[in-house]
Amino acid sequence: MHGRPRKASKPEDEAASAAKAVKLRSLQSQFMTYHHEKIYTKEAIELSTKLLEINPEAYTAWNYRKLAVEDSLSRIESDPNSVKSILDEELRVVENALKQNFKSYGAWHHRKWVLSKGHSSTGNELKLLDKFQKLDPRNFHAWNYRRFVVELTNRSEQDELQYTDDMINNNFSNYSAWHNRSVLLSSLLANRVDGFIPEKKIPDEYEIVHQAIFTDPDDQSGWFYHLWLLAQTVNVESPLLTSSWPSHGSSVILSGAGCLIGSPFNVITFCSETGSVPLILYFDQAVGGVSSLTVTIDSELKGNENLVWEPISNKSSQVSCVWVARLKYLISEPCESKEYKVKVRLGNSPGIISSRGFNFSTPYEFVFTAHVHDTAKDSQERIVSWTDGFELWNAQSKDLNSLATSDQLNAGIDLKWRQAAIDSEIECFRLLADSKIGKLTLARLLMASEAMMSDAVVKGVHYEEILQLYNDLMALDSSHHHYYKDEHSVAFLHKVTSSSESLSRYLFRYRGMNNLVCLRLNKLSLSRIASVEKLLFVQMLDLSHNELHSTEGLEAMQLLSCLNLSHNRIRNFSALDSLRHVKQLKVLDVSHNHIGKHSVDTTRYLCSSPLSNSDWSQDDVRRQNPGLVTKYWDAYFVLRDLNLKQLDIAGNEIAGDEFNSFVLQVVPKLVWLNGQKPGN
Amino acid sequence: MSSTSSSQMGQLVADKHVRYILMAEKKKESLESVVMDHLRMNGAYWGLTTLDLLDKLGTVSEDEVVSWIMTCQHESGGFAGNTGHDPHILYTLSAVQILALFDKINILDVGKVSSYVAGLQNEDGSFSGDMWGEIDTRFSYIAICCLSLLKCLDKINVEKAVEYIVSCKNLDGGFGCTPGAESHAGQIFCCVGALAITGSLHHVDKDLLGWWLCERQTKTGGLNGRPEKLPDVCYSWWVLSSLIMIDRVHWIDKAKLAKFILDCQDLDNGGISDRPEDAVDIFHTYFGVAGLSLLEYPGVKAIDPAYALPVDVINRIIFTKNDC
Repeated sequence: MHGRPRKASKPEDEAASAAKAVKLRSLQSQFMTYHHEKIYTKEAIELSTKLLEINPEAYTAWNYRKLAVEDSLSRIESDPNSVKSILDEELRVVENALKQNFKSYGAWHHRKWVLSKGHSSTGNELKLLDKFQKLDPRNFHAWNYRRFVVELTNRSEQDELQYTDDMINNNFSNYSAWHNRSVLLSSLLANRVDGFIPEKKIPDEYEIVHQAIFTDPDDQSGWFYHLWLLAQTVNVESPLLTSSWPSHGSSVILSGAGCLIGSPFNVITFCSETGSVPLILYFDQAVGGVSSLTVTIDSELKGNENLVWEPISNKSSQVSCVWVARLKYLISEPCESKEYKVKVRLGNSPGIISSRGFNFSTPYEFVFTAHVHDTAKDSQERIVSWTDGFELWNAQSKDLNSLATSDQLNAGIDLKWRQAAIDSEIECFRLLADSKIGKLTLARLLMASEAMMSDAVVKGVHYEEILQLYNDLMALDSSHHHYYKDEHSVAFLHKVTSSSESLSRYLFRYRGMNNLVCLRLNKLSLSRIASVEKLLFVQMLDLSHNELHSTEGLEAMQLLSCLNLSHNRIRNFSALDSLRHVKQLKVLDVSHNHIGKHSVDTTRYLCSSPLSNSDWSQDDVRRQNPGLVTKYWDAYFVLRDLNLKQLDIAGNEIAGDEFNSFVLQVVPKLVWLNGQKPGN
Repeated sequence: MSSTSSSQMGQLVADKHVRYILMAEKKKESLESVVMDHLRMNGAYWGLTTLDLLDKLGTVSEDEVVSWIMTCQHESGGFAGNTGHDPHILYTLSAVQILALFDKINILDVGKVSSYVAGLQNEDGSFSGDMWGEIDTRFSYIAICCLSLLKCLDKINVEKAVEYIVSCKNLDGGFGCTPGAESHAGQIFCCVGALAITGSLHHVDKDLLGWWLCERQTKTGGLNGRPEKLPDVCYSWWVLSSLIMIDRVHWIDKAKLAKFILDCQDLDNGGISDRPEDAVDIFHTYFGVAGLSLLEYPGVKAIDPAYALPVDVINRIIFTKNDC
């Protein structure tokens, strides 16, 4: 089926293959008779040997042989020599079959089945594997069988590591050997086996993989191993808190629904009908176990002793980087505005654990001030405009506490060997700066270096170079243009959020509603969202006129009430699934996108629906319009979970009378559709 | 993709492929057919799905196909690759997939088939291919895909099944056939597909795996299955569908891939091969057309990247049919 040249068959070839076909058909028929009638005579077994020699993929013949073996074993007394000779014959048949096709699943499994009986010598097996390695060092069946034999014989991981050393020294272009090396080394490091300490071993491994990459920069064999080493260098085991909202030392105004007359300009005002405000914890890796037992709230605000913490993730997951609880503040009787200090503490009691099993252990606390105001009287719904009513904020760093690098990040981690390794790698890869892998690795190393930098003076110095490297790569390796484009957008957003000066250029206040904080990132050719952990305070987000095709990443922005995604590349409502976690969202503009234009949905399985095994509760819309629900399934599932008041969908192929009226059924509380009140 | 004119990159000779498939179906006694006798069920799935994608499923006799399928069912409930062969999970899925194409799943004793498949789950969550115990994440995918089509996913321990698949995740973001096994595009498709169907894609590091997958595109425009291997049309399916399921397909050059697939056609006799100028077969014809479907090539129906069946078939089963 693979690698055979296309050629018209000559008559003599056709005759020959017709003859072979007849012979094989007769062999198969005879075999089937023996198999169905459970005949295990010497003659019958030999027939199956012949069949498997010609066609090792005839899986029923391998099954038959197992039955024949069990039949033979049941007839002889358990004389070890007889048993061994029966099984040795099986091993011989497998070896012959593998000569025909050394990728035959049936043959390899039959060998495992024989060895598992425990009567065969394992000494030969490694020798046999050496033979196969020489024939094809990438044969994964052989590598898998090797792992099977290693387990059977209890060979040490160090010995196997040495084997990968030998394979790599023989020929560095052996991805299978690098893969096996990564499996063995990560196990030895995780178990802290003698001499396997990250700060010593990882730098050694960098030296070894350099030979692979520098000898032939176009050969991919060492690339992914190097990326893994980088991850080992950068990632700290214990989880840390990256950011929170509200952040330490900040002030926030909390009020009831509607317009608060005279909201101050520099403080964030949060209004809610339900009288609760989201409290957000953003960790550097996915964790579980965040609860009122592991996170304590100290405040005079009543009713917050046993907060319910929820992970921002899909329903079947108990872990997330982002955890949210709703802090209650609304007072039932009207009263004057009052100030409350709120202290949040975590890490004092164990229980917050990363998905890899490491504890959040460093105690940490942050304090913020909540000014609770009375419910406003004016609560008239007003349409939100994205063009009028904005004023530049001129935010200062004291207003943007969330940007201060959490001391958490650098506390108690042994940064020295990590920074030294990154610096050394940067020096090395500058020598490879003309090649694709050289530029890409250098860009990744510089990003890692930025992430580790705590000195505010030097921070941000690498971004220009990183952005230039990605621009170079888009030209050098045009097939992967959009990969480099995405990385460019990520680096750009990291740059924007690296200091208050750079971020404040994009921050405005919306006079039209409570001076909401608005981040304007429009017309920046962004294809990807990033740095959200630094933007948790944002209430209005303008991402219009960009190149986004998904809202992946926005789920953490729990304060977001207005989102503008017009003039982007959104192809389906399923791409907006992350917005279902943003319970505050009231205003959404997805006009002038590509919804309805494409037959392929790249977020079909990233959206929570029956397609991805989510439960589906019956509702009237489903009962009355089963056809439309199937036709517009993703719009149905996403929109019915949002509490939108204002929605814009004009300028998409999907928009029209049928779809627009379907939307009004799915979102009955919608006040404005495409700028109009429905029914007008 | 829609802005690239199909005349610039060559044409899909759909009618020739349809004829190639229909003729191959009839040639039961050719050497190729006899050698592949034991996997005819797979071949039928590849051929019939291709016909449906080209909107030509009506050219075969549904009754003939369905009655032949039923002769392959074993008393255990599982299906064999052909009449007389032993049952195996591989052919059980293909049988159910073909019946789904014809909207004839209702002729099955669904309880019996689903019990056969569910009975192959092991303590650690993995799946065996049959009673002889070979374990492979391919079988995890097959079980999940099959039971989901039969609307009986709750007959297995889904959590443990997912746990086993995650244990086969490698440090490069990919997946192998068993824990510790090297990442391979075919295995990655199976694991990502299984995680997609069970709503568990949060276990995938989409950026890490996405980069590994997009680097399968070689200078020829075709895709290989793992680093430093030759491109092959079948990876146009396995790599492409995986990229689509994790929303990273924009990281490859789709136009170049489409051109590679079209260059693998036998323009005279129909059929598609693994590489340009190689011999064609049903397997690569299916994967080539399925790949073109994912690339939104005109004239090809949309295919579901997880189930490898037309989207209209899957939407019908998932959104309108009742549960098991």
